[in-house]
Amino acid sequence: MNDELRELYQEVILDHNKRPLNYGPLPDSNHDGDGRNPLCGDHITLHLKLQDGQIADVTFEGEGCAISRASASMMTAAVKGKSLAEAEVIFQQFHDLVTGKRELTEEELDAMGKLAVFAGVHDYPARVKCASLAWHTLNAAIAGSDQPVTTE
Amino acid sequence: MTVSTPAKYDVEAVRAKFPILGVTVHNKPLVYLDNANTTQKPESVIEAISNFYRTTNSNIHRASHLLGEQATNQYEAARKRVQRFLNAREWEEIVFVRNATEGVNLIANTYGRQYIREGDEIILTEMEHHANIVPWQLLCERTGAVIKVLPVTDDGELDLTNLYNYFTPRTKLLGIVHMSNVLGTVNPVEQIIATAHEHGVPVLVDAAQSAYHMPIDVQAMDCDFLVFSGHKLYGPTGIGVLYTRRALLEEMEPWQGGGDMIESVSFARTIYNQVPYKFEAGTPHIAGAIGLGAAVDFIQTLGMENLRAYENELLQHGLAVLTNVKGLRLIGSASNRASVLSFTLDGVHPHDIGTFLDFDGIAIRTGQHCAHPLMQRLKVPATARASLGCYNTSQELDALAESLTKIRETFVS
Repeated sequence: MNDELRELYQEVILDHNKRPLNYGPLPDSNHDGDGRNPLCGDHITLHLKLQDGQIADVTFEGEGCAISRASASMMTAAVKGKSLAEAEVIFQQFHDLVTGKRELTEEELDAMGKLAVFAGVHDYPARVKCASLAWHTLNAAIAGSDQPVTTE
Repeated sequence: MTVSTPAKYDVEAVRAKFPILGVTVHNKPLVYLDNANTTQKPESVIEAISNFYRTTNSNIHRASHLLGEQATNQYEAARKRVQRFLNAREWEEIVFVRNATEGVNLIANTYGRQYIREGDEIILTEMEHHANIVPWQLLCERTGAVIKVLPVTDDGELDLTNLYNYFTPRTKLLGIVHMSNVLGTVNPVEQIIATAHEHGVPVLVDAAQSAYHMPIDVQAMDCDFLVFSGHKLYGPTGIGVLYTRRALLEEMEPWQGGGDMIESVSFARTIYNQVPYKFEAGTPHIAGAIGLGAAVDFIQTLGMENLRAYENELLQHGLAVLTNVKGLRLIGSASNRASVLSFTLDGVHPHDIGTFLDFDGIAIRTGQHCAHPLMQRLKVPATARASLGCYNTSQELDALAESLTKIRETFVS
């Protein structure tokens, strides 16, 4: 694979695409969100179980490209068990990372762990919305909005 | 004396006419398989536009000088080229618009507003591009008319079993795509038009995808309206054609008002210009129309029948090599189809296919192709689509298949 392409499609992303974490329904969810990327046909549904200001459990379902699926998979792993405030911080950092809005500090990148593999996305403006679809859907699900999120 | 044999299609000679085919993408030679989206432009079209601006540029129909006269002549000559291309009876039946989409909107806003009322019915098909859906929905919102939808079979053909039942005394128009941009299905428009006419219903044909792949004869087809875009026919963007049967065009009220579409204007009374000028308000895309004229010349020099035969060979080759790609599923299997290969690849989302192919220099389109109802009907969230043009080769399709095999290995292994 070409080096530039490898930068975007890191092995971790391909792995999560193939075997996503937390994929499937969540019978006792109490917040759900629907996210769409109409241009690509991506569609994700997020199921959350919020308890005492914490994301006690989270799963996702749907169709999407490797970037959006891996992002959803890794997001669920990153926010599960976190407080809403902590999840918000991770969201902001992830957003800054993929949009290239600002350089993250070494510490922040360390704290993001595997999510840092999405840094390559900001060179591909068309793919930023793929990487961020799950995250915007998470925000909407937490806010309890029943309006579907779209990236357009 | 030598006996002439049918000219063999010389694809290398055709390719040599397209400057862009010499560019590289990600350091790979360009393999352009996104023709259903827009086609590349031959030297003659680029030259026609450039020459117009270099030597003739003036406004048309109103200048009192030589260049203005020449510009008018070239613009009107382009209209007559389009007339002959479509085999329309009269040049007055050819209205220049921005694109096929604007053509449909024009009909919805003139014919539609004049004749379609609350409770009236418009028949469309499940295979339509959004361009032939949304203008009618807007009209229905305004008037209270309703849309009835002819269904599509699992093979991606129109299901015409109950066609007769779709017509009622309230049916005012039938809109149909000649060739599907998603599946390449070519619809039996002549048969459908004949049935519609038995019920006294006029028919609009969206020929955006067919006009650059097969001969179009509006008289043989007997359509009432037909639209296509210049940019898919190897011509420039921003110019398209609306053909309308003369009697209907005469009846239709103007859509946009302004200069050139009038005979005389006073605040008491404005008299409109004759057709087709009544529908061409304001300074049109003069260079675009001239470029489209050159594109029509280009495609007619290739010969529509030659081109159709060549592209069909390519399509059959493409179907064969793609079928051999592990995990690949072709979408649509209509018996009459042209120049479009829509597919999915097990374990790889179309968007990823598009990005990976791009790095091999191969340009395709991925997604829903502005045809959400059809995608829902086929139950595929997105497809990858390779679409053929006059300059593609079987080697390029081999390269596509090879690249797809590699991509699948990357994602699935």
